[in-house]
Amino acid sequence: MNELNEDRVKKLLKQALPPVEGEQEPGCDLWPAVLKRLDAKPAPAPWFDWALLAGLVALVVCFPASIPVFLYYF
Amino acid sequence: MRNEPSDVLDEFRQGSVDAFETLFRQHQGAVYGWILRIVRNPAAAEELMVETFWRIQRAHARFQPAMGFEGWARRIATYAALDWMRTRRQESDMPQEMLAELSAPAEADPVVNAEIRAKIARALERLPPKLRIAAVLCVVEEQPQKDVAAALGISVAAVKLRVFRALRLLRKDLEQQGIRP
Repeated sequence: MNELNEDRVKKLLKQALPPVEGEQEPGCDLWPAVLKRLDAKPAPAPWFDWALLAGLVALVVCFPASIPVFLYYF
Repeated sequence: MRNEPSDVLDEFRQGSVDAFETLFRQHQGAVYGWILRIVRNPAAAEELMVETFWRIQRAHARFQPAMGFEGWARRIATYAALDWMRTRRQESDMPQEMLAELSAPAEADPVVNAEIRAKIARALERLPPKLRIAAVLCVVEEQPQKDVAAALGISVAAVKLRVFRALRLLRKDLEQQGIRP
């Protein structure tokens, strides 16, 4: 892509999505929500998360060449 | 002495909830603004604020005071936003939200009508989240590349590369939608 095309895409992007102006504040005090979240017990990981993790580990062990692909997406 | 920033940071690192609240109050505007610039949706930004400060508190023992709280918080917020974007990538209502929440700029080119803006928003949504974040922060929000690099935990050169790749993918997507930049 040449520089002219890049500038045109940038211009279109800026015109389509206005930047967030100035200092922004949340609509309400979020501190109570943070405290509530801190007090909440962490949900146990569902069994399929562990199954997925085991599958990924097995895949990486069997096919080490797939490691860069995972690194790219994560 | 309690109000000395370094004291607050040390107390936060040792797990003080009071120090954590002080830091939350001091930095919530900056962190919220950063998240809003990424996700462009106030409701989602508030949800991610809670998630970000929850992650911050969980990681308090690993905080290095020399690094500065705001930069550290921005990085955690950026990763929380990345996770949010990844989980929402399958949903199709993002462009409408992005366009509805923020009005068109006053200096907008009248040629760029609502339909074109919607197509651009759709193309942006289809970008991989880490490319989208780089493009939105650097191009739309004009944030310094070194700040974006610090928030993403990558080099400035890597940020430039991500922006370049994002613009190239956007151009291809727009061409497929009938817009020739």
